[in-house]
Amino acid sequence: MRNKRRIRYLLVALAVSHLVVVFAGFIAPCDAKQQDRSLPYAPPTRMHFVGASGFHFRPFVFASLADADGYREDRTREYPVHFFVKGSSYAVFGMIKSDVHLFGVDAPARFMLLGADAFGRDEFSRLLWGGQISLAAGLLATLITLTTAAVIGTVSGFHGGWVDEALMGVSELFLSLPWLYFLLGVRAFLPLHVSPTGTFFLLIGVIGLIGWARPARLVRGVVLSARNRNYVSAARGFGASDLYLLRTHILPATFSVLLTQAAMLVPLYVAAEATLSFFGLGVSEPVPSWGNMLAALQHYSVLVSYDWLLAPAAALVVTSVMYGMLADALDS
Amino acid sequence: MKYLARRAIRAFALLIAVSVLCFLFTEMAPGSFFDEMRLNPQISPETISNLRSRYGLDQPLVERYGHWLLAVAHGDLGYSIAYNAPVAPLLWTRALNTLLLTTTAMVLTWLIGVPLGVWTATWRGKWLDRIVETGNSLLISIPEIVIALGLLAWAVRSRAVPIGGMISLSHDDLSGWGKLRDVLQHLLLPTAILVLAGVSIVVRHVRASVGEVLDAPFVRAGRGLGIGQVRLLFRHVLPVAASPGITLFGFSIASLLSGSLLVEVTTGWPGLGPLLLEATFARDLYLVIGGIIFSAVFLLAGNFIADLLLMASDPRIRTGGVNAE
Repeated sequence: MRNKRRIRYLLVALAVSHLVVVFAGFIAPCDAKQQDRSLPYAPPTRMHFVGASGFHFRPFVFASLADADGYREDRTREYPVHFFVKGSSYAVFGMIKSDVHLFGVDAPARFMLLGADAFGRDEFSRLLWGGQISLAAGLLATLITLTTAAVIGTVSGFHGGWVDEALMGVSELFLSLPWLYFLLGVRAFLPLHVSPTGTFFLLIGVIGLIGWARPARLVRGVVLSARNRNYVSAARGFGASDLYLLRTHILPATFSVLLTQAAMLVPLYVAAEATLSFFGLGVSEPVPSWGNMLAALQHYSVLVSYDWLLAPAAALVVTSVMYGMLADALDS
Repeated sequence: MKYLARRAIRAFALLIAVSVLCFLFTEMAPGSFFDEMRLNPQISPETISNLRSRYGLDQPLVERYGHWLLAVAHGDLGYSIAYNAPVAPLLWTRALNTLLLTTTAMVLTWLIGVPLGVWTATWRGKWLDRIVETGNSLLISIPEIVIALGLLAWAVRSRAVPIGGMISLSHDDLSGWGKLRDVLQHLLLPTAILVLAGVSIVVRHVRASVGEVLDAPFVRAGRGLGIGQVRLLFRHVLPVAASPGITLFGFSIASLLSGSLLVEVTTGWPGLGPLLLEATFARDLYLVIGGIIFSAVFLLAGNFIADLLLMASDPRIRTGGVNAE
């Protein structure tokens, strides 16, 4: 019972975090590619409540001024934070067009919750937009893996004989691949300069197709044991067709395995995308992903000077921990 | 013996399949090393086609693969186009660096992980175990890239350990012991990342398998017969619980060459990882293929060693009673 409640809480938390990312356009104050060359590595904007005229319920910010040792706040004018402001246009799901943003301040001040990167791009906006790419990569690649695994595992376990032998042989081949190196290799043989969308789908395809072997073996095991159950033999004796048996008795038995595997694979694949993009082999600039945002930290000087650029790492941890807890809860 | 022979033949067949796969991919790929050259007006098309034929890139796929296979049988993995040197020695020097790092990390991981796993298994359900288990599940789900960046940020800031590369600039001036100390100091950071990323998996597996055996009726019977806790654990529980651990150990050996790519690149350890990454960007065909084959050999050898260990420890496999797939 406690476990069931835990699963429900985790699902709600996951749904909320995914929705935040889906509605990135609305929640993020600006576009992911919008640069501000006057504000490279600007620190997170501080929110104030107490100003020259006393306490305000509506928080306000100051504009940033660059000076010799970094940035300071220009205290001459207060910019109150407004909600539901008009800004750059975006589309949710690629369909619903809008230009209303959750919050924002009047120009020339900027409200950068998580500071800015080297090009003065708002890290918070990029974190949300990049989350779309990273999470979509993880989810789609998982879908590819599990579909392949379900089909191959079912065929292998249900058909048996030489088909089983052959498919399991191939799966052993895939298990014996050093997958990160192989990913590098595959990427090496593909053109280096592909459009961001092109790379994205290539990446998903490659990541998704490499990992099918382990879940396929699990599915095969479940199918094998389900196939030899007495009630399945009985149904077969009554003249049930293979398709009927698969649909009503065997495939439902594989669902719990597939669900647990999904909860395990999604964070793995999100991290895989991040790793490849970190190396510069995945999603390419200017499109943000958690991996290529972290790539800036390959320079040690950047890594230690600008803490807020570690935000994608925190997002990765939160995602992975939530999915990991879900996988644990589903497993028991 | 028959079982082992079968495994060995299978491993060999898999290796062949991996190499075929690599060659197929190179054939399907649109670009090549010489594409960049073609844009250079100083290099004539004749030079490029000469180069292509020198590296055998103008031959059909099957022929190329045949040549390559024959060369590999003689211990020659081909020629790196970017480094203008044979691939095998290039890979070997880098692979030794990688092995130094990963073996150290593996030994430490297991030295920490196994006692911790056994210890928490005997304390299951108590608060101490809960703390370790919670910490462990958190650690297990933190991606390696985050661990690497976190530790790196800490190391750069605190200057507690040297960062980047394997030796200091003054390495040549140091005495014999000084050199060893220098390398060991550089080893600290990448090893720490690898251990942190790997130890939680070992703890979890050991804890699960030992815990399962501790619940078995024969252990309760042993306890009822008055066998001491320590003797019970070491003589009766651990040998039974060892099998899954040994399989995992095999995986550890298997990933000795390929498991540290990320750590090597982020900390600048001059191992196989950075070499292969550069080769990828340069589309240095034979180097990439060689690297993949190299790590695949290790993977298969690791699995094979795991089989050997399993056979030594589990009589059911020795007698052929169970197929240990």
